[in-house]
Order: sequence, then C-alpha cells, then structure tokens
Amino acid sequence: MINFIYFWNHFAFILLMVGGLFIIITSQNYLKKVVGLAIFQTAVFVFFVSLAKVLDGTAPILTKMANAYSNPLPHVLILTAIVVGVATSALGLALVLQIYKNYETIEEKEIESLELKSDK
Amino acid sequence: MNFLLINFFLISLLLVTTFFIFKTTSLISVVALTGAFTLLCSAIYVNLDAVDVAFTEAAVGSGISTILMVMAAAKLPEGKKNKLINLFPSIILAVAISLILIIIIANLPLLGDPNAPIHLHVVPEYLKESKDFFHIPNVVTNILASYRGFDTLGETIVIFTAGLGVIALLTSNTLNRKTNFKKNKKNER
Amino acid sequence: MRDKISSSPVLSVVSKILFAPIIIFGLYVQFHGDYGPGGGFQAGVIVAAAFILYSMIFGLSKGETLVPIMINRYLMCIGVLLYAGVGIVSIFLDGMYLDYNVLSSDPSTGQHIGIILVELGVGITVATVMIALYHSFASFGEIND
Repeated sequence: MINFIYFWNHFAFILLMVGGLFIIITSQNYLKKVVGLAIFQTAVFVFFVSLAKVLDGTAPILTKMANAYSNPLPHVLILTAIVVGVATSALGLALVLQIYKNYETIEEKEIESLELKSDK
Repeated sequence: MNFLLINFFLISLLLVTTFFIFKTTSLISVVALTGAFTLLCSAIYVNLDAVDVAFTEAAVGSGISTILMVMAAAKLPEGKKNKLINLFPSIILAVAISLILIIIIANLPLLGDPNAPIHLHVVPEYLKESKDFFHIPNVVTNILASYRGFDTLGETIVIFTAGLGVIALLTSNTLNRKTNFKKNKKNER
Repeated sequence: MRDKISSSPVLSVVSKILFAPIIIFGLYVQFHGDYGPGGGFQAGVIVAAAFILYSMIFGLSKGETLVPIMINRYLMCIGVLLYAGVGIVSIFLDGMYLDYNVLSSDPSTGQHIGIILVELGVGITVATVMIALYHSFASFGEIND
C-alpha cells in the first residue's frame, strides 16, 4: 500500500499519456485533438518533475536554512518545454482555423467525404 | 507524509479532469476544463518543489493558452456529438504502450529517493558552483542561462519560429489582398 | 468585431488601474529572477498579459495603436538577436560561444552580466511573440468578409 502511493505519479504518467494519445486518435474534432496533444505533453512534464523531487528537500533556491534541494535540471528542461508547448499548440490552433475557413467544418469524417466528392 | 497525500489527491483530480475532457463534446467546456487542468498541474508542481515550473505553468499554461483556445473556440462551430473513430486500433495501441511503460516504471526509483542516479551526477556540482562562484541563489536561472545556454537559445528560436508561423497562417490574407489591390490599381491605369 | 466591443465602465476602469502594476510586476519578475522564482519566460508572458488585457477591453484597433504590428515584429527579431549577440560578443572577447566569463574582468561579474542580458532577450522575444499570437488570432476572420 505504501509503495502504491509512491508509485502513483508514475501510474498517472502512463494513464495521462495513453489518455492523451486516445483523445488524439479517437476524437473527430480537430480542436479536441490539439487539447489531447497538450495532455500528452503534460504527462511528460509531470513525470519529469516528479523524478526531480527529493524527499525532505526544498525548492532549488539556495538558503542557509535548507540542507537538501530538489534536482533543478529537470525543472529547467520542463520550464522551457512548457513555453514551447504553448507556442506550438497556438500554431496547431492556427492550422485548425485555416482548415475551418477552407472546409467550413473541423470534423474529420466530414472533411474526408468532402475530399472524396471533390475527387470525382 | 503530508506531501505524499496532497500529491496523491492532486494527481487523482488531474486524472478525473482528463476523463471529463475525453467525454465532453462542447468545445467551450473542453477549453474551460483544459484551463482547470493546467491550474491543477501548477499546484502539483508547487507541491513537488518546482516553483519556477509552477510559475511558468500558471502564467503560460492557464493564462495565455486558455485565452488563445477561447479565441479559437469562439471562431469555430459548436462541437458535434460524433462517434469515436479508430476505436479498435487505438485500444490495442493504448494497451501495448501501457504494458511497455509499466515494465519500464517497475525498475524506476521510488518518488523522492535521494539516492536515485539522477541526483548523483552533475547536479551536486551545479549547486556547489552556484553558491561559491556565481553568487546567484536561484540555481534554475543559472542552469537555464549559463550551463544550458545553447538549449535555451534553441528554445527561444523555436518560440520565434512558431510566432512567425502563426502570423504567416492567420494574417497572410491582408498581405494577399493588399498585393491584389495594388495589381488591380495597376491594371486600371 | 473590431469596433463592436462594448465594455462596461467597471471593466475599463479596472483594466486601466491594473495595466501599470502588471507591467511593473513583469519587470520585477524579470530582474529578480536571479534571487527568486522567475526569469525571462515568465516575465515575458506577464508583460504580454497586460497588453492583451488592454486589447481585449478597448478593442483590437486601440491595442494595435499601443503596440504597432511592425514594431512588435522588429522586437521579436531583436530579442533573438540579443541572445545570439551575447554569444558573438563573447567570441570576440577570446571566449567560447555563450561563455560569459570573459564579458567582464571578474568571471563572476561576467556571468551576472551575461545572465541578465540573455534573460532580457528571452523576455523580449516571449512577450512580443505572445502579443503577436493574440493579435493574429483576434484579427483572423474579420479581414476576409
């Protein structure tokens, strides 16, 4: 039972990653696919940050009172990755808006049927 | 022990939110749930001692990202209750990926283990040099700007390029129309 | 949509009061990033949030007079070039690329100068990119009609 609570972050990582992937593949709406991509990214972020945690440590800002610090290296990687993730998902949203302007729908099957019609 | 219980509670809320994002079809509800999702993430980061990451997530994730998604959802039609596609292959994929990941995480050190390999390599040097040489208390800033300066340069260029891409995708119409307008004027002459 | 924004007096007064404190908080986060949580990425987003608030309340055309589009695009480039330029300067001062030790006679002071300049470059880029993202999203659709 005690081990379970220690491993909960790792299990949540698996569930979030698979859940994000599931939303990306199964949902027809393109905006929901972008949200699924964001969830997929967040799974990796939470996993990295929980690897960096040290029990009884504090935030990696040097003070005289603390004797153990959490690992700052994953924090740096994730900090930049979050901002990049938002910039890239904005790019994805821009693509969705352009798709809506050209097809007047953002559902995947409807766009497929429109494409088939235009081929004939 | 308090730390572990709070962590357990917040992570469980995160999973519940993910489930409801999966179930909801209305676009504006999905966007609102995503805002709640990122805010929960920043609470989790504070609990895991990553204050800089939590600050970034609160400002970028639940601030700007939610605004952009609301603006996109306002210009898009209401979501339809369509059937899920590719259901069978995606279930097989999900099960396969979960099995591989379960095998991998079974060998990982427990949460918060101070003797994990990740804490023993370069990081003690970073902490020591920040104190003795840099005289800058925030170790994250040191690593971000100095030790891993190349990495951050690359990330800045990625953000710049994404901004250029969005500008090109969304505002190029004005440019086209202006050039067409100029052409028409020339033809008139 | 550009001129149809009907803001209540409460929103406009509160946003006018909040505009300056948000920018000052952004500058605090930018330059206090060495001593507490914060840095270029967060500060850029906070400063951008002030301008986005202004554009949301008073309409896009007023926001575009506050931050003209071309100046915003030049600043995007200046931020990246400032970051890369610090690296080039350290090459000319007989160091490696992005080696801040040579920026001053004392290596520790050189690191301080380098970190502040680099964070400033990151902050300018992030702030202007976020403003550009908001303006692109807000102006999409109204031009085609």
